[in-house]
Amino acid sequence: MATATEQQQGAGVHLLTGSEVMAHVCRLADVDVITAYPIRPYDTVMQYVSKFIAEGDFDADYIPAESEHGQFEIVKHASACGARVFTGSSGVGWLYAMEPLAVTAGLRLPMVALVGCRALDDPGAFGTEHNDAMLVRDLGWMINFPDTAQEVVELGLLSYRVAEDPRVYLPCAIAMDGAFLTHSQATVRLPGQEEVNAFLPPYDRGDLLLHPDNPITIAPQANEDWLMEVRRQSSEAAKNAYTVLKEAHADFSKTFGVDTDPFLDEYMTEDADVVLCGMGTLSLPVKVAIREMRKEGKKVGMVRLKWFRPFPTEELRASLSRFKAVGVIDRDYSFGSPYHGGIVFNEVKAAMYGADKVPHMKGFVCGLGGREVLLEDVKLMADKVISMGQNDAADNEVDWIGVRD
Amino acid sequence: MSVISFEVIYRGIFQKSLAVKISRTLILAAVKEGKPGISFGRYSDSPERNGIPAKQFGYIADNEEELETVAAQYEPKQVDISICVDDTLCKGVESWAWYGLQPINAVTKPGGTLIVTSNQKEDELVQHIHRRDTPYKLAIIPGEASFAGLWVYKDDGTDARCLAAALKAEPTMCSIASLESAIRENIGSETHIEAAREVYEDLRPVEIEPGQGNDEVPFTFELLKWHEMRQGVVIDGVGGHEGFRGGEGGYEPGRNPYFKKWSTRTMRPVVSFDKCTKCTLCWVACPDTCFDVTPDGFFDANMEACCGCGVCEAICPVKDCITMVNEVVFEERDSQWQMWQENKEDYDKYMDEKISVGKIEGRHPITGLGQAFSGIGIEMGHNPETAQVKSLQDLK
Repeated sequence: MATATEQQQGAGVHLLTGSEVMAHVCRLADVDVITAYPIRPYDTVMQYVSKFIAEGDFDADYIPAESEHGQFEIVKHASACGARVFTGSSGVGWLYAMEPLAVTAGLRLPMVALVGCRALDDPGAFGTEHNDAMLVRDLGWMINFPDTAQEVVELGLLSYRVAEDPRVYLPCAIAMDGAFLTHSQATVRLPGQEEVNAFLPPYDRGDLLLHPDNPITIAPQANEDWLMEVRRQSSEAAKNAYTVLKEAHADFSKTFGVDTDPFLDEYMTEDADVVLCGMGTLSLPVKVAIREMRKEGKKVGMVRLKWFRPFPTEELRASLSRFKAVGVIDRDYSFGSPYHGGIVFNEVKAAMYGADKVPHMKGFVCGLGGREVLLEDVKLMADKVISMGQNDAADNEVDWIGVRD
Repeated sequence: MSVISFEVIYRGIFQKSLAVKISRTLILAAVKEGKPGISFGRYSDSPERNGIPAKQFGYIADNEEELETVAAQYEPKQVDISICVDDTLCKGVESWAWYGLQPINAVTKPGGTLIVTSNQKEDELVQHIHRRDTPYKLAIIPGEASFAGLWVYKDDGTDARCLAAALKAEPTMCSIASLESAIRENIGSETHIEAAREVYEDLRPVEIEPGQGNDEVPFTFELLKWHEMRQGVVIDGVGGHEGFRGGEGGYEPGRNPYFKKWSTRTMRPVVSFDKCTKCTLCWVACPDTCFDVTPDGFFDANMEACCGCGVCEAICPVKDCITMVNEVVFEERDSQWQMWQENKEDYDKYMDEKISVGKIEGRHPITGLGQAFSGIGIEMGHNPETAQVKSLQDLK
């Protein structure tokens, strides 16, 4: 007889939170080893994962660790032994695992982790900010930012497929906005097991497998005569991730019969004069505000980045060059950086440097600590970008939106 | 332009303070004459690991611009003076940076001087030093290697004597008066100055001709390109094992062909197989798995793998069965068990002779460190209150 979970989790439409979808992705991907340590808001995924296991619908080794450091170390080693792994954390918990996070990327282990994005302490705050996930952006980690529970299916399965590709072998973080996505229920169409099996081959560590039958040493002491070559390899793997992701996304679209862009989610851009650019769940108020502004004749659109690593430089250049002006919304901060902008603003500007046609760009810091991005916030930002476009003048100022001043 | 470059080759931890002291004082002597200098360590040599061969470098120039020109290359490709403060290093230097075995004279300039503290004679020592295509000078400061701890070094005058030898090798560096003044300020006693003067007068560097010395080809391996290396910081495991020396019986574990470690050794175990009871303790306790099991069940320390830590001697329950002997009295790395098999009488003679000239006396029962370590160190210089050195005689 089918269990309650089986009845709820078959292919088809369900009402699920982002965390719950992630747990389903783990189940569908037949993950072997999962480690958990509690911290809000990522930890809801572990509630669902452990429930699936307890009800006999999912077979995985589930290990509650003694800390985040141990949590990430355990799956790191399991990954070296050929196990498909899943783990996750949030905020300062993720940072407590920073040593294994760096090492996992350095050792080219395809760990997949959920970051339930949360403001870094202090002050202790549960709300979303992207700085936690962003701290691994230079280490070889791939990072994607789903904006809906449905997109967690796509980005979750792609994370495993790309991370475990031998041309890549890099870890991948699924950076999910705390509360807005981890805890919000939405209707989601779950794929069937057979489709997932067709899309996602088993993880094969090849001749890098840590096993008594394959005697290897992983990470011996090596100094300046070797380390630069090791880093060069990682750079190549990160480059490969871009190509492999495009390939895998095409396969995903075919297998699951969906039509999405691998890197960019464009909304009402066909005739737009200006666009707002950002990542994650703020796409919802942005889209709604755009619809309202369109009624006033304002030609605003949205370009949402789905992946921050690999960074879709060419796609973004081609896209943003079409507009007069671009506003980049950061749900993060980079204190003391150029123009005191956010991380995305600075990267987008760097990507646009040298493009044939460079739009005027302006940065916004918005929605920190889980503060809601209101429709009027979006409209205010859009108006600032529109006027930058009309004046045909650069505005390097970075504005904080929705802050009491 | 005239720049003097030098290196001090030493054993990590045990001689780090000594090497730094020699470099510093040499430069401070030149600074007295308005010549700027700089001194630095090659960090990847791991100066903070016991016994690991490591290097300290220094430059002395006529002016700041000249100094910058040479110091822009962190590691000198050639030096005027190589100072080696442990003669067992003459067999070669294998650093932790993984580039094979480097001859002790690898960067000594053609015509430059290699200074070694040793009780060996030049013709004995040169048997250990790899031959090369260009001539150089070998100068021996009589005395044994000065070993101590992390923050201290022994007050045995090695510092002052090395300084004097360096000045003798490159007299344009500074005047003897400036050197004496630097010794007085940085090391301390008139006894040290007297010792320095004596070395300065007595040191007789000998010319080493091209092709003279150890004919062993130092082992090297290819540094792979990034796309030739395995991914994931993975290297091939040292797999498997074979019979003793590839034969039927016995057991030899697989060993890393790229990192032999034996240049870490300052002493080696000499085994009396007649006394051995085959208790297995040396084999079990050796941290480097250096003992091979012979077909008849003895344990033969493999001289390609032994680091010379002395744990085997310390743990051996049989009196005089394993004796640690100064590495410098050996030229060969042959199997002792095979020598013993071939001719037991000859082997006993060989063993007795090596022990009589090179036994490391007074080893601590737990640390295994020899008498050379047992003196009370002094903190970066001479303290007349606590000095063990009262006269020139004490320094010898």
